[in-house]
Amino acid sequence: MVLSVDKVEFSYGKANILKDINFKVKKGDFVSILGVNGSGKSTLMKCINRILKFKEGMIFVEERDVREMKEIEIARKMGYVPQRSETGFITVFDAVLLGRKPYIKWDVSSKDIELTEEILKVMNLEEYALRYINELSGGEMQKVVIARALVQQPQILLLDEPTSDLDLKNQLEVMKLIKEVSCAQNIASIVVMHDINLALRYSDKFIVLKDGQVFTSGGREVITPELIKEAYGVDVHIKNFEGVPLIIPKS
Amino acid sequence: MSFKDGTVTGYKSYLRNKLHIGAVLVLALTVTIIFSIKVGAANLSVYEILNGLVNSQAAGASIIWNIRIPRILAAIIAGCCMGIEGCIMQNVLRNPLASPYTMGISQGAAFGAAFAIIVLGAGALNSTQADAVIMNNPYLTVFAAFLGAMIGVSIVLLIARVRSVTPEAMILAGVAMSAMFTAGTMFLQYFATDTQVAATVFWTFGDVGRAVWSDVWIMFILLIPALAYFMYHAWDYNSLEIGEETAKGLGVNTDRIRLHGMLISSFTSAVTVVFLGVIGFVGLIAPHIMRRIIGTDHRFLIPTSAILGALILLVSDTIARAILAPIVLPVGIITSFLGAPLFFYIIIKMGR
Repeated sequence: MVLSVDKVEFSYGKANILKDINFKVKKGDFVSILGVNGSGKSTLMKCINRILKFKEGMIFVEERDVREMKEIEIARKMGYVPQRSETGFITVFDAVLLGRKPYIKWDVSSKDIELTEEILKVMNLEEYALRYINELSGGEMQKVVIARALVQQPQILLLDEPTSDLDLKNQLEVMKLIKEVSCAQNIASIVVMHDINLALRYSDKFIVLKDGQVFTSGGREVITPELIKEAYGVDVHIKNFEGVPLIIPKS
Repeated sequence: MSFKDGTVTGYKSYLRNKLHIGAVLVLALTVTIIFSIKVGAANLSVYEILNGLVNSQAAGASIIWNIRIPRILAAIIAGCCMGIEGCIMQNVLRNPLASPYTMGISQGAAFGAAFAIIVLGAGALNSTQADAVIMNNPYLTVFAAFLGAMIGVSIVLLIARVRSVTPEAMILAGVAMSAMFTAGTMFLQYFATDTQVAATVFWTFGDVGRAVWSDVWIMFILLIPALAYFMYHAWDYNSLEIGEETAKGLGVNTDRIRLHGMLISSFTSAVTVVFLGVIGFVGLIAPHIMRRIIGTDHRFLIPTSAILGALILLVSDTIARAILAPIVLPVGIITSFLGAPLFFYIIIKMGR
């Protein structure tokens, strides 16, 4: 198990955001976290890489307790892409190179430069390498931040709504890239998703949160009309189309 | 590393361009230094300057080594400090207006000095034009000013520490602190004699000519470790630039970086204010200009902001000495005069 989350609880003051969260993730898994706004998805992501300090429960990364790991050790194990990232007056190359931060002492090494170049190639970003990131489109920027997380050489990739600002073509491209890279490098990807259909198309595991608790988890088979009704309060049909389940809201 | 591929080669030549910009700045600074040694009441020729620099027995040597060089070095070192402080504060506070002046450091120092002069009787007015204010006890004034500056910063940082260290909290606390210190200074001045008021006012005029060799050495010795610390953390500042959460995800302890950055830049800035008085705008404007030219990569932004800060301050001081010669203006007046319109220009350009 590359990640196990054991009875994790988190609260902001008195508001209990996460209650008794348990799940395990294997290498190469592509896990989608689903649930309505405010169900605790983003909070869970931040707890996993300890941006938020949870009080109760335990999280293990490759059998190590994250509470006993230094920030820099966590950053070497997990790449985290928040919902929003700021742009700036730096080049795509520098923006991706920044992902080597957990390994940098005084300055970058030639290995850092090499890995950055490799990732840019994998992500099809080479021609943008010297473009400034504030000149990029939403889709290109999203690829840059994912490239940055990948150059951290993580075991676990945490992506918070990576497709929410993207058009259809970029949504598919980004999801496909994440899937391919996590397969090729045997990385566990944990992705917060709003688009259930997109999640069903690319993920093999699902964790559905409701009111800060794991409502259900498992493979595609757990996504049923009853579950969607309970978790999202929406009546849907589920049709099988070319081997992929497709969710269609009832009119 | 693949050489057939253009990406890395392109990136490296992009980095070289930034080094070239740095080299141009160093060259400009060198030219200004030579020019600045020449400007002054005693009319020295280039030969006399060169001779005086190498030969301590030469005619101009004493003027060069005791008056002009300390003044020039003070301008360079203080300018470096201001450029770096502004650069770091603007980064860690995520605010383009952050500078020692906005954080209440200058006002704290001014209050400390006013307290020493008025309450503790450390200063008086002198009638000679060359040195308008005589400090009966310069060490007491310096000490009190430093204490004032550091107390102000400590309160700001403490408040920020209690409620997690958000940049907004720090900026607001800094503004409140400046207001309080300004009120305190005015309160003291209200009950002071004319001579004391004049002495406090003169103290706040930023003037690099006030520096003697020992001041120059102290500022230099503080600048080096501060610069080393900031350069070591250049990549941390780069991470902060792309957002708090991303930085944390990269293993950066953002609270610690912010706190230490503020503490160190406040400390060096308190030292320069204490020795030279209040010199505005250099710390604000040098990093702004460099950010537009060289970008937000702090590996380059920190050193070039330092050099540009030194250049701005030295050019301003040379103007201050030449423009109404033989009257020497306090450089703080020039930097604000030059800085404000330059700032308007940047703001207008930014709006487009």
